[in-house]
Amino acid sequence: MTIKVGIPGALLYYLYYPMWRTFFNELGVQVVTSGRTTKNILDQGTREALADACVPVKLFYGHVMDIKDKVDYLYIPRVVCLNRRTVYCPKFLGLPDMIRYSIKNVPPIIDVRMDTRQGRFAVVKAYLEIGKRLGAPILSVLLAYLKAVGVLHRYNRLLRKGWSPVQAMDFLENQAGGADFDGSAKSGLKFAVLGYPYAIYDSFISVNLIDKLRKYGVKVITAENIHPALLALQKNCSLPKRLFWTFSDRALKAAHFLFNQNKIDGVLHLTAFGCGPDSLLNKLIEMEAKKHSDIPFMTLMIDEQTGEAGMTTRLEAFVDMVRRRKEALACRK
Amino acid sequence: MPKVTFPRMGESWRTFKMLLEDLGNEVVAPPRPSKRTLDLGVRYSPEFACFPLKILMGTYLECIEMGADTIVTTGGVGPCRAGEYAMLHHKILKDIGHDIKMIVFEPPRHYPLNFIRNVLALNKARVSIRGIISHIKRAWRKLQALDNVEKMSHVTRPRELTSGNTSRVYRKALEWIDQAYTTPQIMEAEAAALEALKNIPQDPQRMVLKVGIVGEIYVLLEPASNLEIEETLGNLGVEVERSMFLTGWTRDNTWNETTEGMTVKEAAAPYLPELVGGHGRDSIGNTILCAKRGFDGMIQLAPFTCIPEIVARTILPRVSRDYDIPVLTFFLDEQTGKAGMSTRLEAFTDLLRRKKLLQARTNCVTG
Repeated sequence: MTIKVGIPGALLYYLYYPMWRTFFNELGVQVVTSGRTTKNILDQGTREALADACVPVKLFYGHVMDIKDKVDYLYIPRVVCLNRRTVYCPKFLGLPDMIRYSIKNVPPIIDVRMDTRQGRFAVVKAYLEIGKRLGAPILSVLLAYLKAVGVLHRYNRLLRKGWSPVQAMDFLENQAGGADFDGSAKSGLKFAVLGYPYAIYDSFISVNLIDKLRKYGVKVITAENIHPALLALQKNCSLPKRLFWTFSDRALKAAHFLFNQNKIDGVLHLTAFGCGPDSLLNKLIEMEAKKHSDIPFMTLMIDEQTGEAGMTTRLEAFVDMVRRRKEALACRK
Repeated sequence: MPKVTFPRMGESWRTFKMLLEDLGNEVVAPPRPSKRTLDLGVRYSPEFACFPLKILMGTYLECIEMGADTIVTTGGVGPCRAGEYAMLHHKILKDIGHDIKMIVFEPPRHYPLNFIRNVLALNKARVSIRGIISHIKRAWRKLQALDNVEKMSHVTRPRELTSGNTSRVYRKALEWIDQAYTTPQIMEAEAAALEALKNIPQDPQRMVLKVGIVGEIYVLLEPASNLEIEETLGNLGVEVERSMFLTGWTRDNTWNETTEGMTVKEAAAPYLPELVGGHGRDSIGNTILCAKRGFDGMIQLAPFTCIPEIVARTILPRVSRDYDIPVLTFFLDEQTGKAGMSTRLEAFTDLLRRKKLLQARTNCVTG
């Protein structure tokens, strides 16, 4: 009987799932994922998690509830730092413990710690430890890791080309699909959508934000579409101190880069209610937006109550506003 | 001449005022946070920033009105938000048109140069290095005196015969320490204060509950932000032991970790082996240590949306069950009302008292 490892479809799922899946499959382990969010998953998560937690964490709880009875292990790595500079939000750091001590009957959790500040090979070591726990020989673990890294690179390249994670995952899994990802940009508008991958790419919790924009003929750029080197060039975004958190740092850099490049027509910041890092990030982006008054900026806040209609209205209004403004400016010239 | 101010955290401002004046600065002492402080803070802070940021924002604005033009504060290395606050405060203050200077102290263990540079910038009187060290030592002694007297007040308040006595004596004692300048004077004032508190008429028969308070440092240390929870509890007949005092925290975060700090970490390890920033891990560790020392209950104080405390809060129910110790959590923000809090505290202490009585009775029967 093969071992089954469960990977909840939330938080880091959108950035690393293809890599994790390859790694486990190479070791002959079956991967079970809860996949896309449904109403049921969200409701379960809201019921299980602490009321003061943010939606993405509640959603994670829901995904765990969805698969915990179907698997032998849950894979919830404690990802602390992957670039030797920024760490993840405290809730990511405590995630395995939060799940372990607040949900009943969870299967054993594989919670290896990944912290590149401890040394160059910290991540490899972490994967070797996973292999050890699953009882696989070291050599095959190393090979599986290398293959997984290769898949991650391909995945990231697809994201940079503008594919959404779901499309890219489908493509890597079935070598099919994809193609129609670029909204054909009828209106010639180009928006930046900033926010955390687990919020903007989860089509249920973001109420289909990106697809909606594409339907209005707007071309969408996210932080994942920008080459990491370009983001790294932003340094600390003229702040005395860098933001501690990996995703916030990336979003702020992306905002800085896009504002300064001046090739976009609008900026949307999608934030989750009660998100700690965003309380700072949003203010910093807002102050940056003030300096570029020719680029409209809007914040959208989501939580477990967010309804489709409210979101549509606000998006339509924003898109219309930007479009008219652009036309008016074109006429004046 | 620049006028210097700093954040207010409980009674510690008396020490910082003395230290900064010794170094030749003109000091604007931060006023006690009031309704107006909060209103100002809320108006200019991001809506979902945590409570301490808003109070500090308001305090800074009030101090600026009083003429301050330099703010001395602390930074941090994350992942708790507080480490970025100085930067955000500065940006917001500039944005609304206040041109002020911000001197941010990062942990000297990680940034020794930053520490030296800041001290030199604040050394207006050109005190020699030896002088600076002796000033810091004396300030440190004063901080310890303030902490010790506060600890003593937590012991006497639940046992006093006439309610309000302790608070009155405590307030007087603070003035004595405030007036003391040299080290012998500080020690004398401290001794006198402790003596005065000890001499308050007490009721030895009263059943006093022992409750530990854990949580985020600012709401723990600033009574104006936690609606004087310690005084309220004391008046309900509860002896409070706070897990954190400024002297202890400073020791843990400047040069070396103390053994106390290490024990807390160790205690928390089975439940939360990772530093999640802020005081999330300390909250868990201290709850376990207090349970082992036979406390009757624990109270966790945290600002609304505080990330590390939410992590701790998720795990605490399990700790509470494993160690059989009741835990009550308050998420505080500008909307928290004193009446609601008092009601919850009364209910909580009622439960603890009943539990204690029940235990005493069963012990009598079996023993």
